[in-house]
Amino acid sequence: MSMFLKYTTKHYDKLLNALAEHLQIVGITLVISVSLAMLVSVFLMNRKKLAETVVGAWNVVYTIPSLALFALLIPVTGLGKITAVLVLVLYNQFILVRAFTDGLMRVDESVIESATGMGMTQAQIFVRVRFPLALDSIVAGIRIAIVSTIGIATVAATIGAGGLGSLLFDGMRTQNPVKMIWGTILCAGLVLMANLILKVIENRVRTIVHC
Amino acid sequence: MNGKIAIEFKNVIKSFDGADYNAVDDVSFQIEEGELITVLGTSGCGKTTLLKMVNRLYEPTSGIIEIFGKDIESGDAIELRRSIGYVIQQVGLFPHMTVEKNISVVPEILGWDKEIISDRVTELLRLVNMDPEQFRGRYPSQLSGGQQQRVGLARALAAKPSIMLLDEPFGAIDAINRIKLQDEFLRIHRQEGVTAIFVTHDVTEALKLGSRVMIMNEGRLQQLAAPEKILSEPANGYVASLIRSVTEGLEFLK
Repeated sequence: MSMFLKYTTKHYDKLLNALAEHLQIVGITLVISVSLAMLVSVFLMNRKKLAETVVGAWNVVYTIPSLALFALLIPVTGLGKITAVLVLVLYNQFILVRAFTDGLMRVDESVIESATGMGMTQAQIFVRVRFPLALDSIVAGIRIAIVSTIGIATVAATIGAGGLGSLLFDGMRTQNPVKMIWGTILCAGLVLMANLILKVIENRVRTIVHC
Repeated sequence: MNGKIAIEFKNVIKSFDGADYNAVDDVSFQIEEGELITVLGTSGCGKTTLLKMVNRLYEPTSGIIEIFGKDIESGDAIELRRSIGYVIQQVGLFPHMTVEKNISVVPEILGWDKEIISDRVTELLRLVNMDPEQFRGRYPSQLSGGQQQRVGLARALAAKPSIMLLDEPFGAIDAINRIKLQDEFLRIHRQEGVTAIFVTHDVTEALKLGSRVMIMNEGRLQQLAAPEKILSEPANGYVASLIRSVTEGLEFLK
């Protein structure tokens, strides 16, 4: 135990650094993933067949082990954070596009017909009606994507992206239990916190939208 | 009614791809300002298709539709819809908006002053017999079916349209409340002075509400006349059998 505390107080900067790197990777990934998925989903939401095909295809991508996907992209984008973010964004599209299109397409058709019949433009219908009514599905999708990203990002350490994974892998390599424990705690802690915060947001959205 | 023609159909045809017959088949008629025309027919007769061509949710395959003498194809469809009240059977209230916000939608889009909108909401809720202070802050999920449709009517009238289109608006309401709503709608129509087209498959409702009744079958206009004339001088065998179906239906009471 004392060894644990000694290490922690001596090397807390390494721990914080790893955490910061991880948050950076997850943060950038999220911003790009959500923006991209939203664009794709808006394009697909009126094209049901195409939406099903795209989501189905991405399902296949999602089943590819992350390490394999990292390995495939390294010759193209090199080692490090860029490859990590790219792979994470790719994975997230499956979760996000499915959640977003699902939410956007499941809005009650009679509500959309009302909106159209009363003279709203397509843009107004999206902003004032469709999007707000899909918001709880959208937030749910983001929540799942964040959790997934935090987890897969730990593997990114193996290709030099840093983050909490580096604590885990370094710890395993050098047989340093303190590093491994901290890696695990911080990772699990991040996941639990992200899940909790987003669950709260999701529930708030659901009550506001009052469906 | 001042004799001014509000809505005119001139040889309007609507065909959908892959269909055997035309949904609306060479229909022509005139509707005077202030009339309440009920459009009656069984499902598939073209009555809803006809209705939806007035606000350009469907575009005619051929023929001309004029509103107050102006071909509706010549203007912008969105602007046209903002000047027409549209009520559907499922109501389609926005579940994430209060009653007040729902009713305010079109006036807001048209840029009305906030206070004027608020006053209009109060006025409309009174018109549909709902206490403004009690209901304006409620959400659709907190309303009964009948109340929802009253809000639907209020919403359609918010921007003071000259024309109102209603597609089986009381079809999902229970029989007792339906009668109440029919009576209220007659009153509202009289008060607001709109020209209304009211689609229904209920013969009694059509005869009760319409200043004239338009009977459709297989896309064709069978008869357009006052209810008394429909009953006393049905234009053809189809209309006669439609009337009979109602009168005979009550025979069992004897």
